[in-house]
Amino acid sequence: MKIYVWRCLSLAIGLVAFGAVVVYAAEVEKYFDRHGTLIVQEKVEKYKRRADEGTTYPVPPPPFSEDIFPCSDCHADMEPNPQRRELVDMHEDIVLNHAEGQRWCLDCHNLDDRDTLRLISGEVIPFTESYRLCGQCHGDKLRDWKVGVHGKRTGFWNGEKQYLLCAHCHNPHSPSFKPLQPMPAPVRPENLDRQGSQAAPTHN
Amino acid sequence: MCNESSHDKHAFRKSRRKVLKGLAAGIGALALPATNASASVWEAFFQKNFRELNKTELNQVLARLEGEYSKEYGKQVTVKATLPIEGVKYGYGLDLSRCIGCRRCVYGCVEENNQSREPEIQWIRVMQLDKEKGVDLSHAEHYYNPPEVPQEGKFYMPVQCQQCENPPCTKVCPVQATWKENDGIVVVDYNWCIGCRYCMAACPYSARHFNWAKGKLPKEEMNPDTHYLGNRPRPVGVVEKCTFCIQRTREQPGRYPACAEVCPVGARKFGNMLDPKSEIRYLIENKRVFIFKEDLNTQPKFFYFYAT
Repeated sequence: MKIYVWRCLSLAIGLVAFGAVVVYAAEVEKYFDRHGTLIVQEKVEKYKRRADEGTTYPVPPPPFSEDIFPCSDCHADMEPNPQRRELVDMHEDIVLNHAEGQRWCLDCHNLDDRDTLRLISGEVIPFTESYRLCGQCHGDKLRDWKVGVHGKRTGFWNGEKQYLLCAHCHNPHSPSFKPLQPMPAPVRPENLDRQGSQAAPTHN
Repeated sequence: MCNESSHDKHAFRKSRRKVLKGLAAGIGALALPATNASASVWEAFFQKNFRELNKTELNQVLARLEGEYSKEYGKQVTVKATLPIEGVKYGYGLDLSRCIGCRRCVYGCVEENNQSREPEIQWIRVMQLDKEKGVDLSHAEHYYNPPEVPQEGKFYMPVQCQQCENPPCTKVCPVQATWKENDGIVVVDYNWCIGCRYCMAACPYSARHFNWAKGKLPKEEMNPDTHYLGNRPRPVGVVEKCTFCIQRTREQPGRYPACAEVCPVGARKFGNMLDPKSEIRYLIENKRVFIFKEDLNTQPKFFYFYAT
């Protein structure tokens, strides 16, 4: 029994010492020329936690198509197929118009659990945090979105605010904003007194 | 003889003065609405400038107006006179790289602020401009009406009251019926305005609008949450303008202005310029910003910016 405790303890001490060496090694980065002489030794900046890391943003439910979520309703019994291919049996209505040459479904959707999304780092996130997925490429937009400058934030200017997910305005598969029909033009001043009998505005 | 005639003349003069006085008083009395003279009409007639009202007088005025409007529109209307919030100066940002010119803001504003539907009054005017020419007003088109916006090669610039720090409109008012509040909002006392329209001539942004007739405002569309200096129904013959939705933004917590809330592209930003963490400060510090007609030194608190 006693020996067992000592063994454990020495193992722990050894591990800690090894860890310290690894951490020290990681802190300093050395660069050699081709003859093997040290030319530069740099201290690597430690990974700092961002101030907003871990904060979640109040968003409404993601804008799923009707009766499509949870995806596991259909996908639970299906054998996941990681093969890059054109979909023919289902989801053929989705036309990818978003860097389509470079990516396909499973670059964002999680192969192992379709009810979630997957970051490049391998981290699995729920659909309510999809802004992190978009922010992998569109970091500048994510930064603006967090402070309320990109996208629409509603609620109170000096109180609680509600965000919208990227997907509420941009279709993730075809993200450019779609044109809208404008509301009627104002009445021209010369027609103001005839406004009652004014004909419906015509498109020009 | 001579003495007598001068006495006569004097006597005549005196009586003429009396006649004129009587006549003036009589005409004056006729001009007052004596026929349907309810107490409230007399109270309105003798009401002081908003800034000279003491607390009891203000409460009487608000109660009188609430009664009038509730009766006219057939629902409970509240008229607030919420004061500016300490340490707040409002600023507005509009992202020209996002605006698509859909005019949702124009109609959102009309609904929130009880503008007259006929004759039509709109506090926001959206201009369609050529991307090639930039902000060149000689090429601005207000009446664009294509089936879809944005149009190729065009950009859109909504203009409303710029809430100037140095407002030319308030300086020209001969009766001081319009002024800048401590939170930066330029307001009008509709009960004090005489309708001379000097302020409209002075405003370089065409942001002020005149009630040529008693505005038609359908009862069911009337917004009963009103502010004395903001969206309460306006009488005929007064000038009105955007107030950054004073009835919403002065509350604690205060909602965003209606135009910002309704914008489908999120181009409109609003906040406290004295709060370093507000979105308005962020965009002024980090984005390309310009103010409209900067050379006039009006110092608008309405910032156009490009987020990209």
